[in-house]
Amino acid sequence: MEEFAALIDALVFTRSRNEKLRLIAEYLRQTPDPDRGWALAALTDGLDFPAVKSSTIRKLMQERIDPLLWTLSRDFVGDTAETASLLWPQPDAPPTPPSVSETVAALSAMNRASVMSELPQLLDRLDPSGRYALLKLATGAMRVGISARLAKTAFAQAFAVPVEEVEEYWHGLAPPYEPLFAWAAKGEPPPDIASLPTFRPFMLAHPLEDSVVDLADYVAEWKWDGIRVQIVHAGDETKIFSRGGDDISATFPELLDVLDFPAVLDGELLVRGSHQGGEQGGAASFNALQQRLGRKTVSKAMLAESPAFIRLYDVLLLDGDDLRERRWTERRDQLEKLIARLPAERFDLSQIVEARDFDHLAQIREGARDDAIEGLMLKRRDSPYVAGRKTGLWYKWKRDPLLVDCVLMYAQRGSGKRSSFYSDYTFGCWDGDPEQGAELLPVGKAYSGFTDAELKKLDRHVRSNTVNRFGPVRETTRSLVFEVAFDSVHSSKRHKSGLAMRFPRIHRIRWDKPVEEADRLSALKALIRD
Amino acid sequence: MLAPFSWIRPEPWGIHVVPADCWIDPARAVDRALVTHGHADHARGGHGQTFATPETLAIMELRYQTREGAVPVAYGETVDLPGDVKATYVPAGHVLGSAQILLEHAGERVVVTGDYKRRPDPTCPPFEVTPCDVFITEATFGLPVFTHPPIAQEMAKLLDRLAAYPDACVQVGAYALGKAQRVIAELRAAGHVDPIYLHGALEKMCRLYQDFGVELGELRLVADHDKDDMRGAIVLCPPSALNDRWSRRLPDPITAMASGWMRVRQRARQRNVELPLVISDHADWGELTRTIEEVGAQENWITHGREEALLRWCQLYQKRARALALVGYEDEDD
Repeated sequence: MEEFAALIDALVFTRSRNEKLRLIAEYLRQTPDPDRGWALAALTDGLDFPAVKSSTIRKLMQERIDPLLWTLSRDFVGDTAETASLLWPQPDAPPTPPSVSETVAALSAMNRASVMSELPQLLDRLDPSGRYALLKLATGAMRVGISARLAKTAFAQAFAVPVEEVEEYWHGLAPPYEPLFAWAAKGEPPPDIASLPTFRPFMLAHPLEDSVVDLADYVAEWKWDGIRVQIVHAGDETKIFSRGGDDISATFPELLDVLDFPAVLDGELLVRGSHQGGEQGGAASFNALQQRLGRKTVSKAMLAESPAFIRLYDVLLLDGDDLRERRWTERRDQLEKLIARLPAERFDLSQIVEARDFDHLAQIREGARDDAIEGLMLKRRDSPYVAGRKTGLWYKWKRDPLLVDCVLMYAQRGSGKRSSFYSDYTFGCWDGDPEQGAELLPVGKAYSGFTDAELKKLDRHVRSNTVNRFGPVRETTRSLVFEVAFDSVHSSKRHKSGLAMRFPRIHRIRWDKPVEEADRLSALKALIRD
Repeated sequence: MLAPFSWIRPEPWGIHVVPADCWIDPARAVDRALVTHGHADHARGGHGQTFATPETLAIMELRYQTREGAVPVAYGETVDLPGDVKATYVPAGHVLGSAQILLEHAGERVVVTGDYKRRPDPTCPPFEVTPCDVFITEATFGLPVFTHPPIAQEMAKLLDRLAAYPDACVQVGAYALGKAQRVIAELRAAGHVDPIYLHGALEKMCRLYQDFGVELGELRLVADHDKDDMRGAIVLCPPSALNDRWSRRLPDPITAMASGWMRVRQRARQRNVELPLVISDHADWGELTRTIEEVGAQENWITHGREEALLRWCQLYQKRARALALVGYEDEDD
């Protein structure tokens, strides 16, 4: 447990992604089975100990410390597990830390009654860092700033295996993942996952930038503004995975009993919207879909109001055949055939966009009215389905962004290699006529879209135009206009301006433009699509 | 007869010793001030007379460029003040020159701790327990979550990290008066003999410590050196310089901070600290409560910090206590 606790502490305080990868990889290499597998499960949120809750910890502490002293401490520290780890009475005997496996076994065996005597026994064997790691492990919220994807990447890095393969096997296995370690670390044959509903890594696209492609070689499809998903049916079970490979099946129960043959399909998950038709048929904007994301349980009302469906792009596996090596045209034929086997209210096909030539395609892209369209995809007709982004096979050609002129209001220091630079900017629009005393209201925040040289200049500007400081944030004079690009804007109750921009980034820095000429809030509100 | 202890009166800007008409650590200029130590929130300039240890007076001179009205009082020395008040300066173990002040009048003894700690510190003499009737104590780390670890453990953390990244440097944010010099002295005690690099803002205070005989080894200024000279070295700077423009001149700096607040993970994360060093010049919870027990006062007055929890502790252990609402004391970057 000491090594695991040290890893958790190191991850808490490390900002750099590469350093986090290195730390996890080193731990995985140096720690024996099955400890390292349990640790990996903890880092990827794969453990659950129903007997240990935050309230359990509170109860344990209230038996040991005055309630007011507990409350004052908890309020200051801001985290129940950490407060308990610091307040736990240090036993007289030197700590005899349990291994991670021993800890996991003990936690699994606890029930609501026994936890009150058994958890203290574990806590007594650890130092403050160990107690913190134990309580975080037990309550299932590590909060060390790493995603499951990052942990898998670290695993791949630790044993020099392709992360795509790790992803393939991952979902077919349970903690402590011994077959995965046997394969990666000891060179044994890979785990057999054919009969399991597991995630296959997505094929991704490069931005088209300024290139032009020949439509004889490339086919065009709409790029839909939903979430990219993979729906898998194997061994009588259906699962839905997000782009990062997270299992989001529980969020979309209406899609779990509609695929009844073995297949792995790639598509865009959308919800139906009554207020937007369009010839492709009823996909609501991303904002409507967002209401359904991240929920563990879904209400009946929500299912009725915003039912989900999948617009299919591709087929990876079908009836036991792996089609990923085949050409896109062959896979498309299969996809067009299999759609007949699927219920129409839950699946449709992403249509091919027909164009005479590239210029014609550009016109079609400009004219796209449907707000659920994010742009176009261009796919090589002979492309196999390969994991990740491979140059020259698939391109995304997004719709031109919307633009608005905003005024810089606040700047915050960045992290990592930008840690000494004011690199995160909050900007606003006028809530009326600035000549008549109108105020700026913040409308968004951006930290990309400028070069390193521009960043230096912006940093200087912030430092020499500061009017107020709030910790790492500086308020600046109203002196600089940003031309901000964004994908869409939606109404939002959470923001004073009443709107939220999607993916705002700095498009141009308008050193020349007087701030009074920046846009009004009304101009931005006119672009709202909900 | 006057009510007990009525001759000593806490006011929002300091503790007033009425018969002597003098103030302890006043937050504004007064005719006669008794100053416990040199931190800016306790030692302000502009007093008519300033009674303090020679070390504290030297620190104040460095800060305010004047010795006018300075009255040196050595540790253990008692000065007679008007109104039949005696003041004795007793080591507080906080920073160089820091003192508790024992006030005696009408057969009553009052101790004002200023800031203090009970752990050994190579840069100043240790805290002495002084029995008294009224104990006026600080409470900066007055929460039971604060247990400062042994300093040797924190030094080992720092040196291990340095050894693991020989091409980088570790920049340690440390309060300019006291913490910086203690960290250096403890590094020397741990056997670290390499030159230590300083931010310009720390230079004068380190020289002052050396003039008072504190061994700090070889110190160099960052400004005098190239990036590459500092690879594998420890660099000390004030906390405000961490993650700021200044650190761009350092080779791949690892950000460390020496402070009692580092005990709490989120406090460290908020400051983007990668290597938190839990080192404090204040008493931790155990020391605060132990000291209250040891001095055995009839009353405990709590000046600044997290007084609520310490009041609660006094209540639980049947000790009389009250919180004083003094202004101007800060949660320094300890």
